[in-house]
Amino acid sequence: MATVAGWGPAFCRWKTPMADVAMQSPAVKAPTVHARTLRGDAGIAWLLTLPAILAYCAMILLPLLAVLALAFTDYEFGARSFHWIGFGNFADMLGDRTFSASIRNTVVYCLFVAPLSIGIALCLAVLIEAGARGRAFWRAVFFLPVVSLTVAMATAWQYLLHPSIGPVNALLRMVGAGTPNWLGSSDWVIVSLGFIGVWENVGFNLVLFLAGLTAIPRELYAASEIDGARSGWSKFWLVTWPMLGPTMLFVIIITMTRSIRVFDTVQTLTQGGPNNASEVLLRTIHQEGFHYFRFGYSAAITLVFLVIVLGLMLIQTRLIDRRVHYG
Amino acid sequence: MQSRPLILDLPRLALLSLAAFVVLAPYIWMVAVSVKPQDEVFKASLSLIPQKWALVENYGKVLATIPVWTYIVNGLIVCFGILFFQILFAVPAAYALAKLNFRGRELVFGFVMLGLLVPYQTTALPLYLGIHQLGLLNSYTALIAPFTCSVFAIFLFRQFFRAIPDDLINAARIDGMGEFSIVWRVVLPNALPAATAFAIFSVVAHWNDLFWPLIVIQKGDLYTPAMGILAFRSVEAGEDYGALMAAALLVTAPLVLAFLLAQRRFIEGITMTGLKG
Repeated sequence: MATVAGWGPAFCRWKTPMADVAMQSPAVKAPTVHARTLRGDAGIAWLLTLPAILAYCAMILLPLLAVLALAFTDYEFGARSFHWIGFGNFADMLGDRTFSASIRNTVVYCLFVAPLSIGIALCLAVLIEAGARGRAFWRAVFFLPVVSLTVAMATAWQYLLHPSIGPVNALLRMVGAGTPNWLGSSDWVIVSLGFIGVWENVGFNLVLFLAGLTAIPRELYAASEIDGARSGWSKFWLVTWPMLGPTMLFVIIITMTRSIRVFDTVQTLTQGGPNNASEVLLRTIHQEGFHYFRFGYSAAITLVFLVIVLGLMLIQTRLIDRRVHYG
Repeated sequence: MQSRPLILDLPRLALLSLAAFVVLAPYIWMVAVSVKPQDEVFKASLSLIPQKWALVENYGKVLATIPVWTYIVNGLIVCFGILFFQILFAVPAAYALAKLNFRGRELVFGFVMLGLLVPYQTTALPLYLGIHQLGLLNSYTALIAPFTCSVFAIFLFRQFFRAIPDDLINAARIDGMGEFSIVWRVVLPNALPAATAFAIFSVVAHWNDLFWPLIVIQKGDLYTPAMGILAFRSVEAGEDYGALMAAALLVTAPLVLAFLLAQRRFIEGITMTGLKG
């Protein structure tokens, strides 16, 4: 969790511990000169942290504990009482077709979005880095989707992908290809949403890769040339690819945790349909909780979601601990 | 490598242009369709320039149907309200964690790290219950309060504050400044890059958020931009694409313009804070 990416050294006035570790090492080490300046006045320190502690307890800690508790009850919003039902909610999930569709679709979506958005971002980053023309321009263009309102852009995609009046199908008709009902057929809907997801995530990953590429020492390329790597291709596999290892890992995890939270596009375009073909985890949580008001069940699904996110982060820390260090 | 002649650079530029076209396609058609009359939209031609301009009709319809400005103002109030409290709570705490020695500091920091692991969607159900109990559904408070404690801000500012020389703080103490004024008048001004980056990250995240506003807001006059588009879609049954694109463009424009004006800052702010989505 301590990894912070894309942190240019020019970014802060003093070299922070973070500036060295950005992208390289997640272990933020204590600076050598550490402040032991205040004359044992703990009162003021607690006073300074008090507002944050109160807000933390009210907005994060207590709600988190409450979700943990809710997940083991049959509480429904508005009900006067509830019962502790142990793992009942989790048992219900096993037989719940909406939930299993939701898990399946979320996994398919992540497995579609992550490799594609990472692969495309890496290609684009290498292309941008290979020349001097228009660097800032390309970066800005590809980053644009990250700052655009997802709901609005999803609406634009809905027009582009419209089965009869959309430009995408108009183009396909011109070349004589089939014209699927992108968002309306259960065969295509996850692919279409996944494509929009790739479109949203490429710019983000691209910027992370650009930071990683800039950090590779130029001498390594010169050295690889002496070793006989003449083509750009062999230089990529000999130098760029291994040197990007740590960045790559970080990008994989971050893309997975971003794409597992897919909600806006689904809610805007398909509402989980047709026939649950685009039901995803966050939407199921939302639906069970705030549409059917089954808070206990919704909380249980929330826990599943949390465990998956925590699992991804655990993988990241584990792998980073073991990873080979270059440079 | 840097000064390759243009002719050799062309394949690279062509590939990048192709990718850029795909990325920009929704923006291009969003602008084009927002000025096309409905019958031209339904002709499904690939042409971008309308034969008959319908700019006034489409944008006029949006402005007559939904209060776009209200949504944008709501978005601004919510985003800057959240940012204000995040800074107000996180900066002193981060200063204490970075520069003051007190018992329990490691424990507090441990809780900060714990908080970093929890996606905000996790706590939605109990927060809704609490806000409902207090009778605060459909209010700015409901939109702002859950995000006032940003553990990410505490973490980020702590990292930055640690790098500020102790001498600077000691000098301020010798000058007779109290800890509170040191926080706001010495420490924060020296960490402005971090503050800017965090501000951009926070505003972009909450401007674009749909999950939480959808839960706590039912009343139209409190809709955020994202909800406004959703509402307009259902009113319009989603088939008048001209007006729909006009509405989408109006609510997307503020952040995109801000981004184009300060690209580097935006990219730094969002990617370095990428862990919180």
